Amino acid sequence: MFVLVEMTDTVRIPPWQFERKLNESIAEELNKKLANKVVYNVGLCICLYDITKLEDSYIFPGDGASHTKVHFRYVVFHPFLDEILVGEIKSCSQDGVHVSIGFFDDIVIPPESLQQPAKFDEAEQVWVWEYETEEGAHDLYMDIGEEIRFRVVDETFVDTSPTGPSSAEASTSNATEEVQKKEAPYTLVVTMCIIPIVSQSQWLILFLK
Amino acid sequence: MAARSTRVLMSCSSPSLGVQPAAVNGWGAEGQCWELSAWMRKRKDANAALLSNFEVFQLLTDLKQQRKESGKSKQSSGQQNLNTIMYETMKYISKTPCRYQSPETVREFLIAMKGHKLTKAEKLQLLNHRPVTAVEIQLMVEESEERLTEEQIESLLQTVASILPGDPEEQQRDSAMETEGRSSQ
Repeated sequence: MFVLVEMTDTVRIPPWQFERKLNESIAEELNKKLANKVVYNVGLCICLYDITKLEDSYIFPGDGASHTKVHFRYVVFHPFLDEILVGEIKSCSQDGVHVSIGFFDDIVIPPESLQQPAKFDEAEQVWVWEYETEEGAHDLYMDIGEEIRFRVVDETFVDTSPTGPSSAEASTSNATEEVQKKEAPYTLVVTMCIIPIVSQSQWLILFLK
Repeated sequence: MAARSTRVLMSCSSPSLGVQPAAVNGWGAEGQCWELSAWMRKRKDANAALLSNFEVFQLLTDLKQQRKESGKSKQSSGQQNLNTIMYETMKYISKTPCRYQSPETVREFLIAMKGHKLTKAEKLQLLNHRPVTAVEIQLMVEESEERLTEEQIESLLQTVASILPGDPEEQQRDSAMETEGRSSQ
């Protein structure tokens, strides 16, 4: 689930922090910059693991702060393909079941990956899995708050860095119309764990933990 | 720690940073400064190592301890993101079996796993999830029907259950039920 990523960056320490130990200031700056943020094509950064190398600090003309090039390793949340994870169902909608693991919420199970046959109950806004056995059909509701196991199938990184000034037509549009569609920078597409039926109790253990 | 060595970058090149100034004068050097911060942040190795939940749990616990000890001398405004992510991640990891693990159990587990010929990712998943049924093993190990026989799966489950500590309450309950069963016979 978590990986260690080696990164390099230049950290700027303002003069009023010169009295503190360099390592501490740098650790704080790096955490301030990266913790809880998604780095494109890397993953969700959690916290600093260690600093592997500190190069010399420089002070540039015009700026009193010191700039230090740092080589460090960061703990990043980046599940590998086909990894099994446990999460909680956060909500259901027409485009699938949304699962969350507390610190990361953009996990979605598309309707195709749900156990077939599955249907969306409009009244209760939940997906229902119609499970048939010899005794009869059981309906397994995917309620909010239920813990499920899922397998990571795909991940998508979207570059959400701000774009330049928009074109002339967009700028002349109504100022009150704020078309700000927030895209999640990192999304996981997952599937419920599917294995051949052994017995009903084992299915239940799997999905409803 | 060691004394900080700072150099004022005048109008000369900086061989250690590997950047040549565009123009050899004071302002050229300043322009160079912006160039540095723009492309210096590089990702050297996107996948240097896989971390188990237990290692992250240890790291976060130590970090929390350190921050508590140092007191509230730092401003919390910049640290809010770190606090949030640490809290949420700790909350999640504390619900997994890794909270009962220790470095020794992890080492023992990896040594015991050497004989079973599993990939690193599979061993990591076994460590993080502590499966108790054969169904779970089938999920985590690819093509388990071809690679492992039923006895091997059983022995794998045994190893996992014996080396990796589970929920102590559950284990007490299980052992209590066992002794009851034996005494009743």
